[in-house]
Amino acid sequence: MANSLTVANVNAGYGSVHVLHDVSLSVGAGETVALLGTNGNGKSTLMKSIMGIVRPSAGSISAVIDGTAHELIGRSTEEIVDLGIAFVPEGRRLFPKQTVTENLLLGAFRPAARSAIHRNLDFCFETFPVLKERARQLAGSMSGGEQQMLALARALMSAPRILLVDEPSVGLAPLLVRRTIDKIKELKDSYNLTVLMAEQNFTQAIRIADRGYVIVHGQIAFAGESAEALNNNELIREFYLGT
Amino acid sequence: MDVSLDLLMNAVISGLLLGGFYAAVSIGVAISFGMLDIVNIAHPAFILLGSYVAYIANTMLGIDPILAAVIVLPAFYLLGMAVYQVYYVAFERRDDQSLRGLSFFFGLLFIAEVGLILVFGVDYRSVSARYIGPSLQLVLFDLPWRLLVPFLVSMVMAVGLQVFLSRSFLGRAIQAVAQDQLALQLMAANPVKIKRIAFGLSIATASLAGACLIIIQPVEPSIGREYIGRVFAICVLGGLGSFPGMIIAAMTLGIVESLTSTFFGPSWAPAVAFGVLLVTLAVRPSGILGR
Amino acid sequence: MRGTPFILILIAVAGVVFGLARWLDNSYAFFVGYVVVQYIVLGTAWNILGGYTGYVNFGITAFFAIGAYSSVVLHKLVPTLPLPAMIVVGGVMAGIVGVGTGYLTLRLRGVYFSIATLALAVVVQTLITNWDFVGGARGAYVLRPRTAPLIGGGYIDYLFLIMLGLCVAALATARAIERSSLGFGFAAIRDDEAAAEASGVPTLRLKLIATGLSGGFMGMAGAPLPFYVTYLDPASGFSLNYAVNAIAMPLIGGTSSWLGPVVGAVLVGGLQEYLRVTISSAVNVLVAGVLMVMFVIIAPQGIVGLFQRKRR
Repeated sequence: MANSLTVANVNAGYGSVHVLHDVSLSVGAGETVALLGTNGNGKSTLMKSIMGIVRPSAGSISAVIDGTAHELIGRSTEEIVDLGIAFVPEGRRLFPKQTVTENLLLGAFRPAARSAIHRNLDFCFETFPVLKERARQLAGSMSGGEQQMLALARALMSAPRILLVDEPSVGLAPLLVRRTIDKIKELKDSYNLTVLMAEQNFTQAIRIADRGYVIVHGQIAFAGESAEALNNNELIREFYLGT
Repeated sequence: MDVSLDLLMNAVISGLLLGGFYAAVSIGVAISFGMLDIVNIAHPAFILLGSYVAYIANTMLGIDPILAAVIVLPAFYLLGMAVYQVYYVAFERRDDQSLRGLSFFFGLLFIAEVGLILVFGVDYRSVSARYIGPSLQLVLFDLPWRLLVPFLVSMVMAVGLQVFLSRSFLGRAIQAVAQDQLALQLMAANPVKIKRIAFGLSIATASLAGACLIIIQPVEPSIGREYIGRVFAICVLGGLGSFPGMIIAAMTLGIVESLTSTFFGPSWAPAVAFGVLLVTLAVRPSGILGR
Repeated sequence: MRGTPFILILIAVAGVVFGLARWLDNSYAFFVGYVVVQYIVLGTAWNILGGYTGYVNFGITAFFAIGAYSSVVLHKLVPTLPLPAMIVVGGVMAGIVGVGTGYLTLRLRGVYFSIATLALAVVVQTLITNWDFVGGARGAYVLRPRTAPLIGGGYIDYLFLIMLGLCVAALATARAIERSSLGFGFAAIRDDEAAAEASGVPTLRLKLIATGLSGGFMGMAGAPLPFYVTYLDPASGFSLNYAVNAIAMPLIGGTSSWLGPVVGAVLVGGLQEYLRVTISSAVNVLVAGVLMVMFVIIAPQGIVGLFQRKRR
């Protein structure tokens, strides 16, 4: 069934600081869309606006979950997650004093996720063997790469329809970045997710993205209809490739 | 000093039983302070309230104190939720827990104490039940039922709460709520609601702990204060938020206090907890089983 | 010195208050006045640590009783020792205990200090209850001289004058802290201790100064107590009323300036005395607790804060 996300003419910021100016984007059913841009251009603010952590001053954000449309602005973060939209925030936000298993089980707090808890847990341990090895270890004591895997797995435990990932590559070594991006693709394919991923690492992000947006100074500067189009874009060259 | 083995063993056994009861007194604070990061120094006042409820039910209606505590458990749960709601609106949301939030609980403690004095006076009150008086003879020791019943109630409560906290979705959320509220929201849980439920539970335990208290000893309104130090010493020594650590700490304190009473006199016992607390804070603030 | 005019005004006010009491020539006025002024000192002492630095001390009775009992001991050993000397000794003793407690717990989060001070009150009470030299649980009688030295009149006149002097010293110290770099350091700790630490504020040292001063003034406020009550036992010396009043008054008056504890002590102290006379002594002790809880919920800035906000 259709699961999609539409952001229309959103303005948002913190207090008197305006960050997002008239941002519109959409993520179609089953798509993987990359939100590209360097630090400080508003990627995280947009993700937080979608999740109800930042309240936009204008515009609308709506999601279609299993064919039903929902307006997201005005809902609390927990209500948005409960609709079936999972978010892996920047910095991962694990529960450091809980074990890996406890973190995963917390992921399934959402009532709709509880019936599938065993299947999802098995899948997580299968997809991320390291988590099975570390099942009883405290999350805070793991390496950055392992924590990122746990954060992804925990988001999956909520049996989402739409997955938002903010900066999965931050603080990870290049090899781990590659592996993390691959895992997002794997999760997406296995569960037929709709994915929006904010990422600075252009080359890694477009490996799995169907298309993408480039955000500059809080505005969508370019919408690339394919990975190809993004690759050949002037802005991208300017920002990432330095030419 | 003439230390007879018999006296020593009896002191240790009764200390162990007393420690079990201390676990019941501390379990509420292990939840509120250990898991929610709410420094409810008024917890002993709620326990004393439980004692007086058991006293009224026992003397006026002839109900067993433990049974009375079970009956009023839901009322204590609701009271706890209400107190948390005030605390949340007035202090947590304003991010003013440390100065005014603490003073709020201190004020509650004082108001409860003076209120109890106004209603019941400063006389000691006690309850009657079949198990107050007789002892269980076990080989060489006699275990007074007066201590055994609170011990058993306490252990049932600890095991029950431990199972709830580690096996249920709500319980796991309670354990996580103080670590990262936003992360909990991302798990589709409302942190305020989770904390309200957890604080309600922590006050609900005061009902049973209060009944245990008045079974063990006669109560008067100011003895609640003696328990502040005990309770926090136990929670800190046990490592915040860990039930097994808390039970070990409670029994340790019970034994040390019992030995102190036996060999130095009961008037020294209140200082033991505070000594333990100060030493723990100075030497190993994460407690014996701290995560 | 910059603070000199302020001190002169304080002394003038204290002089007028004392003169007024003398003119009334009513020992009841002295007894009530003593209690209110004593609470100004206690509240100011608490506020130096609680209001300025943000660390909550619940063990007021420990420091207060250390001062009181050091006077009992000194009176037994050297009956001729003048009261001001006893006050100095009591203040030093309580200050040392304050620094010691702070040293053990202030490196941890603030709540541990608060819990430790609660504990301290019980430890000190247990020690004194078991100390026969000062009367143990039975308590001790202290014979009060019939007339006041130097100024003539009843001894209570003298006690009141001494307490007024302490009050001037406490308020002058509090205001001097507010306007000095020490006060800015305290405020930095209160607002964000980690940031203060990171920007080079010697947080532990400042906190120890605050606990020492705060504990010291509490001890000094307690030192004349045995002469005021003439019979001191642990139950009354460690009464929770002192602790609640000393915390409630700054919180009701306002914790941000020296004026708050004064306003709180005069209003609450006066109200309590009025209720004690008109209704009952049981109700008057309840007042401070109830008002404190109401104020921290509804008006966290206190009375002084409410007026400051209106003026802006």
